[in-house]
Amino acid sequence: MKKLLMSGVTALALAAGAASAQAEDIKVGVILGFTGPIESLTPDMAGGAEMALSEASESGKLLGGSTVSSVRADSTCVDAAAATSAAERLITSDKVAAIMGADCSGVTMAVANNVAVSNGVVMISPSATSPALTSIDDKGYFFRTAPSDARQGEVLADIAISRGLKSVAVTYTNNDYGKGLDEAFRAAFEAAGGKVEISAAHEDGKADYSAEVGALAAAGAEALMVFGYVDQGGKGIIEASLDAGAFDTFIGSDGMIGESLIDALGSDLEGFVTSEPSSKTDGMGVFVESANAAGIKGDGPFVAQSYDAAALIVLAMQAAGSADRAAIQANILNVANAPGEKINPGELGKALEILANGGQVDYQGATGVELTDIGETPGVYKEQEVKDGAYETIKFH
Amino acid sequence: MEDILNSIILLANFVIVPGMTYGSQLALGALGVTLIYGILRFSNFAHGETMAFGTMITIMVTWFMQSVGISFGPLPTALLALPFGAAAAVAIVLFSDRVVYKYYREKKSNAVFFLIASIGIMFVMNGIVRFIIGPKEQRFADGERFIIKAREFKQMTGLSEGLTIKMTQGLTVVITIIVVYALFRFLQHSKMGRAMRAYSDNEDLALLSGINPEKVVKITWAIAAVLATIAGVLYGLDKSFKPFTYFQLLLPIFAAAIVGGVGNPIGAILGGFVIAFSEVTVTYAYKKFLKYLAPEGMEPDSLMQLLSTDYKFAVSFIILVVVLLVRPTGILKGRVLE
Repeated sequence: MKKLLMSGVTALALAAGAASAQAEDIKVGVILGFTGPIESLTPDMAGGAEMALSEASESGKLLGGSTVSSVRADSTCVDAAAATSAAERLITSDKVAAIMGADCSGVTMAVANNVAVSNGVVMISPSATSPALTSIDDKGYFFRTAPSDARQGEVLADIAISRGLKSVAVTYTNNDYGKGLDEAFRAAFEAAGGKVEISAAHEDGKADYSAEVGALAAAGAEALMVFGYVDQGGKGIIEASLDAGAFDTFIGSDGMIGESLIDALGSDLEGFVTSEPSSKTDGMGVFVESANAAGIKGDGPFVAQSYDAAALIVLAMQAAGSADRAAIQANILNVANAPGEKINPGELGKALEILANGGQVDYQGATGVELTDIGETPGVYKEQEVKDGAYETIKFH
Repeated sequence: MEDILNSIILLANFVIVPGMTYGSQLALGALGVTLIYGILRFSNFAHGETMAFGTMITIMVTWFMQSVGISFGPLPTALLALPFGAAAAVAIVLFSDRVVYKYYREKKSNAVFFLIASIGIMFVMNGIVRFIIGPKEQRFADGERFIIKAREFKQMTGLSEGLTIKMTQGLTVVITIIVVYALFRFLQHSKMGRAMRAYSDNEDLALLSGINPEKVVKITWAIAAVLATIAGVLYGLDKSFKPFTYFQLLLPIFAAAIVGGVGNPIGAILGGFVIAFSEVTVTYAYKKFLKYLAPEGMEPDSLMQLLSTDYKFAVSFIILVVVLLVRPTGILKGRVLE
């Protein structure tokens, strides 16, 4: 009798133990530049990622009822040392299972090289687009849901050629993002028969860009390509060019898209052309609608990619059957690619259930996620033009 | 003939007009630094923040005026608000003098103590400005934006090069001329101005001849703060207001003051233009300019650019180092920095 009672108690204790393991709250790091050059974009990006996390938590199907929540950290976008220590804090003290981020290419490379890879933590960046990230020694721990700028460079060259431009001036923000884009664009544009008359870097955060614009204008190009940031030097360059009457035609990279530019420059900005990572799948429309309902600007730059990055982390956990860091890494590509049931935004609950029952999923998400074996997305871009004070989609590349 | 005109207009549009504007703004800033150095005998590192503070108050008064419908016609409303900003800047520097510098003056401290104290005040004011108006960019320019627009200029003259002169650029140059004229009249002809110059020349002798030193110090602070506010407002109108860029302005302003000869007001003005023009001329690409002038078939193929614009800020430092090595007193004879 006594023995029976003892085993009963043990069973109860075991059950309680199992239950507490189930009620685990898993932490996922969200490291984005909440201060710095892209601070106007990051709140919506973080919101997008957190949408995916709360969707998974609320479904109640993640790892037998676990919840997942975010821990935010500031990458600053530009300060590699600050981003590295913020990521270290996420990994060692907050003990996150994986990281959604970072955002800008330079800090992303620093965090991946210095912290994430050595600690064996998966990092999925929604917005780091430098071609240099393709070849880092990431041991399979770095992924991105935004396409490399090697591709964006080609798209921008296509746009310029299709608009009949033969010679252009290029200005780029002096960092990994700007330089990568400049090189990719130059290669593609010159291969297509165009000529880059001058290519000059600009520093962000200055009040005056008239000297830069003077040099750019002196080269005698037909149009100005601006590879920079909308809240920073990119805007300063366009404004100074308009003031001095140096250029009338501008084509901008994805960092140059933002309402703040239209607000600041008004009708002078009519005809401004941009390229932005996007998707032709139906998922985008669904995502934008539900994001807007949640008060997040769903069609803002990199918001959908952020949602997808966080969703991939959650699905990989479920496929692995645990929130173990290495197990997540092993399953990212499985959930992102075929074979399996296609999963659209808002269907995370369904996906979690399929995975729990031993099935397979092919996560499509908002941006039509498809990862190559080195963890990158080949990328679809949309060409936009400012018309009547709003960005209007022209076509997809 | 038309080619020569085109080349001149091109240079005017991208080099001369921006250089004159930036040079005027630096000159007004450097005048303040040089006055403080000449009379109080230390390098005031808080000068950039004084500019930011005065401009911030001006911006807030401008916003208030705009909200109640006061405007200055084609001129920016900020000019009406400027006296309020200048008054506030005077108040804060006099306050900082009362609570900080006066103590060191009475102790007859070494100039290094003043300098370090001014760095402390710089950080305090830096914080105040960010606390009140925030670290972000602010725009407060209104009224007419252009005096001449590039497109209209082309239509008017039939030339292929356009010339833009912004309202703020014209205003900057005109106001600088007025302010500098008034300052020199004051220094040369008023009793107080003469007292200030005497005090700067020889403190003990000045005291013997009955000059009230505290009054001289106060007037100097007040003039420096007014100059700082004018420079800051003009810079903010022409470019944009952002606390961080005002902090960065400190370096070219000091370079201007030292290059011209620190403690020498004419030197400060000269230094401002030297720094501004060297930044613009060295980094300008002369390809198009020479294309107009070169004979057929001899047009340059390269950009004809001495230094890439990335090195813009290095230029003022190179000049600063060369001047300190070759002529430590500056172009016009100033004091040697201790």
